[in-house]
Formats: sequence, C-alpha cells, structure tokens
Amino acid sequence: MTTVRTLATVAEAVSERGHVLGGGTLLMREVNYRPETVTEILRITDASLKEIRIEMSRITLGAGVTMAAVAARAELAALAPSARSVGGPAIRNMATVGGNLFAPHPYGDFAAALLALDARVHWAGGREEEIESFLAGRDRASGLVTAVSFVPPARGGFRFRKVSRTKPKGVSLMSIAANLTLSGSRVERARIAFGAMGPTPLRAKAAETALEGKTLDEAGIARALTVATDGLAPPDDALASSWYRDRVAPVHLSRLLLERS
Amino acid sequence: MAQTPVRFTLNGRETGLFVEEAANLLDVLRRGAGDISPKYGCGQGTCGACTVLIDGAPHLGCLTLAATVEGREVRTTGGMADGPGLTALQTAFMEGFAAQCGFCTPGMLMAAKALLDRNPQPTRDEVIEAISGNLCRCTGYEPIVDAILAASGQRGAA
Ligand SMILES: Cc1cc2nc3c(=O)[nH]c(=O)nc-3n(C[C@H](O)[C@H](O)[C@H](O)COP(=O)(O)OP(=O)(O)OC[C@H]3O[C@@H](n4cnc5c(N)ncnc54)[C@H](O)[C@@H]3O)c2cc1C
Ligand code: FES
Ligand code: FES
Repeated sequence: MTTVRTLATVAEAVSERGHVLGGGTLLMREVNYRPETVTEILRITDASLKEIRIEMSRITLGAGVTMAAVAARAELAALAPSARSVGGPAIRNMATVGGNLFAPHPYGDFAAALLALDARVHWAGGREEEIESFLAGRDRASGLVTAVSFVPPARGGFRFRKVSRTKPKGVSLMSIAANLTLSGSRVERARIAFGAMGPTPLRAKAAETALEGKTLDEAGIARALTVATDGLAPPDDALASSWYRDRVAPVHLSRLLLERS
Repeated sequence: MAQTPVRFTLNGRETGLFVEEAANLLDVLRRGAGDISPKYGCGQGTCGACTVLIDGAPHLGCLTLAATVEGREVRTTGGMADGPGLTALQTAFMEGFAAQCGFCTPGMLMAAKALLDRNPQPTRDEVIEAISGNLCRCTGYEPIVDAILAASGQRGAA
C-alpha cells in the first residue's frame, strides 16, 4: 500500500502498477479473494477528491465523494435517487463516484446517471474526457480520475429508475437515466442512458433521436420505445437473460418517460 | 508482507496496532484487537455481518482497508452493554426473538444503532432501508424490524 497525499505527486505512482483505492467496495473484494491480482494499493488522501463544488453553470464532484454524500446534498436532489440506488447504507457510506465509473456490469448505476448528464471526466494532470469515451476506454486506462463535472439538469428534466428483483436493495436488471430538455411537453433534447445493458453504461442514441421534437405522451414516445435497445448489448447473467432485458427495457423506459415530474 | 501502524479508537479506547498493508478492518479487529463481535460472513460486502460504525456511520469491516481508519472512531457490538444493563436496542432484540442463530445480530445492531442515533423515531420503511445491507437467514426479518421499532419506543408502529 502506498499513501499519496497530494495530487502533485500522484501521476508517477498511478502509472506504475497501482490500483487506486476509492471506497474499496470492489477493490477490497479482490484483495480478499484474489490478493495476487492487487500488487499495490494506492491511497490518495488529497482533500480535493472529497470536494463537491456547486456553481450555477457546472457541478463538480470529486472522485472520492461517496454516494451517501451525494444523497445528502440538497442541491444535488436530482441525483439523489441514483446515488441512493447503489447498495445498502454501509455500501453508500463507502462507495465513491470515481469507483462507480469503473464498476463492471451489473454495477455502475450512478455512472449511468452521469452518462445521461453528458458528464466530463477529469484526470489527474489536467486531461478531460467525455464520459462516453471514458467508459469505452476505461478498461485500458490507467491514471487517477480526480472528478466528474456536468451542467446541472433543468428542473424536473432529470429522471432515474433502477429495476431490481429485491427491494430496497438489489443489483440492477437495468437502470435508466433520462436528461430531458422540455419546452412545454415537447422534448427539445434527450439523453437516455442505460446501466446493466452492456459491458458499461451505454446511451440509447436511437431512442434519443426518436424522442427529440416529440411530445412526452404515449403517442410521442412510441417510436423511441421501439428502438429503445438499438445499440445496447444486454448481457446474460444470473439475474436475467439478455432476451429478457431486451424485452422489458421499453416497458421501463416508457414508465420513466411518462412519469409526472 | 510489510506492516504498517494504525491508531484509532475502538469503542472509546485508544488502540494502536501493526497491520498488514492490505489487511481489512474486520481481520484487524478480530485477530489484532481481539474484538470478535463483528462477524466474517462473506468477505465481499454481501451479508453485512461485519458492519461496524466508523465516525458514527455504518461501514463494512471486510471491505474497509484497515489503514484508512487512522485517527477515526470505530464502534462495534463489543462496545455495547454486557450483562444485566443492556441497552434498549439489545433488550428489544432479546425480547422480540430478533436473534436466532445470532450470526447477523452484531451487524444488525450496528446498522440499527446508526439509524436510531440519527433518527430516533424512524418509520417502518426507514428501518427496512437501514438494514437492507444486512442478510439474516433465520428470522425472516420481521422480528428484527419490530425490535428496532420497539427500541425506538414505537412498539408495533406501522
Ligand atoms: C454488496 C454490494 C452491493 C453493491 N451494489 C451496487 C449497486 O447497487 N449499484 C452499483 O452501481 N454498484 C454497486 N456495488 C458496486 C460498488 O460498491 C460501487 O460501484 C461503488 O461505487 C464502487 O466505488 P468504490 O469507491 O468502492 O470503488 P473501489 O472498490 O475503491 O474501486 C473500484 C475500481 O475503480 C478504480 N478506481 C476507484 N477510484 C478511482 C479513481 N479516482 N481513479 C482511478 N481509478 C479509480 C479502482 O482502482 C478499482 O479498480 C455494490 C458492491 C457491493 C459489495
Ligand atoms: S463479511 Fe463483510 S459483508 Fe459479509
Ligand atoms: S439470526 Fe441467524 S442469520 Fe439472523
């Protein structure tokens, strides 16, 4: 284990071979069960990783901010349902924003919400990356994510729902996040992201396009529902088959879109 | 493996130990500090039997890197009352048959304590939410939920 106290000295430590420790809810499982795969744990204690910065035009969440901390902030109320959907209370006190970005299927419910928000991922050293390209390349990436940032969603424009077999805590069959810019009941711009419907959270781009310009009612969303899973790659796992995920996704998307905000 | 020192308070008592660098807190409490009240159920976050309070908030001992509790306050069921003067929560568990085999009980008590310390009059749904990360294979949960409500002075509350 190496403790790195400031971001200034982090770059070389990370690039060598270390595994960055967030809350440890996934990494410590590896340590407990496959210790040979974790040769070096990097603990970064720089306080900026825990910062939440709320500005009019942009919200920045440090990579070390926990799900519990997100859920507790009044200004982040739109994100609270996605933060609260992760694990149980103890997990949420530990699980970080940064760790969720790297969490493999079926995890990544909060990352799905960030994807619908078009978040930017900030790397130590100053590089920034769109979350979509981050997710596509995350398995090959090495480095420290310091924060994510996004434009605050319009009031009532952000919706999230997680589908699981056990309540209140259960792993995702899927999670869906939608970030809609509405003018009256007309959808001007739509971002729809699914969690647990592919190797990483993925955007439902065909559905987004089909929704734009339409009204948010049964007739208006019909086309989006028929293409809801285009471009997704729902996996088979112990909880649901790919077939089942593909069939029920439009039903859950419809409930999310027609939910009154 | 290299050892590293860690100091924290365990149930109010200053504690200092040398731990393996990658050791988890559960192991360190049980083997290093001799507090066997938190249980090892799964080692992967699923069961909640290892739940302890760190600075008052529930955490999973098995997934907490021990070195991260440096300077912090750790509480376990081992620090709850023993003998005749049990706390209201412990008494409610005992009287309500909320413990059968007892393996989940230390984790349940910690999760419940964290809830009641923050929210002394929780609703039934809030209790269910608070113990949602803790598995019990014996009781079917209802006696546990009832006991926590009873401890909050809301016996049989809806
Ligand atoms: C019982 C249980 C239930 C769970 N339920 C859910 C759930 O419902 N939904 C869900 O989405 N997830 C769930 N998870 C998975 C996990 O808890 C979350 O995804 C969590 O957000 C991971 O964050 P962490 O800080 O614990 O990650 P860690 O375990 O600390 O790290 C995970 C990975 O990310 C890397 N990493 C972490 N931070 C950074 C960083 N800043 N820069 C670069 N790399 C980094 C680590 O090196 C590691 O490879 C669950 C886990 C458990 C054990
Ligand atoms: S032993 Fe920690 S959650 Fe099961
Ligand atoms: S009493 Fe046996 S697991 Fe809960």
